[in-house]
Amino acid sequence: MANDTKERRTTKFELVQAVYQKLGGFSKKESADLVDLIFELMKETLGRGEHIKISGFGNFVLRDKRERQGRNPQTGDPIVISSRRVLTFKPSQLLKQALNAGDTTPE
Amino acid sequence: MTKSELIEAITTRGEITKARAELVVNCVFDTMTEALKAGEGIEIRGFGSFTVRPYKSYTGRNPRTGQSVDVPAKRLPFFKVGKELREIVNQSRNFPIPSGRDGQD
Repeated sequence: MANDTKERRTTKFELVQAVYQKLGGFSKKESADLVDLIFELMKETLGRGEHIKISGFGNFVLRDKRERQGRNPQTGDPIVISSRRVLTFKPSQLLKQALNAGDTTPE
Repeated sequence: MTKSELIEAITTRGEITKARAELVVNCVFDTMTEALKAGEGIEIRGFGSFTVRPYKSYTGRNPRTGQSVDVPAKRLPFFKVGKELREIVNQSRNFPIPSGRDGQD
């Protein structure tokens, strides 16, 4: 994870621009508020322990992990990893296809 | 929550029509899909980030028949949960996760 140095990143700013320019009829402020609202609602939903399914994009799935033994990768010391709830993303078939349409060129 | 439930919620909380809410939600996820298609990462502060990871082709096996199959090179999206959302999710542990968990769309 440390070394995926991608030059360009899409941020909320680009999403707001897309809503503002492509849809029309919303001010910049309204566009920004709506984009914020989408992620806010998704966070609230996941915070209630609910999964999210965005057809055509993917599912955000919650999983409960039990406490387990692990190791500090630096020192090798055994440590206890506490039980926790984690979030994973399962891309939809459509999204996977979109990423692999045409050229598949991982060198 | 499904995409249509998200659209409903945007309609109510955003005080816009359902048709407009649907356009907004589709626009946001389409823009995200386009970015990933272009090999670009997405970073939403407080929520998380998406990156595209390339995978090389390899020869795998059909676990049922044992026959070898060529798995072509592919690109897959990868999501890393942001710090704020990770904490929100972990604090939701007192809520049970509803069953019917892994349904694809």
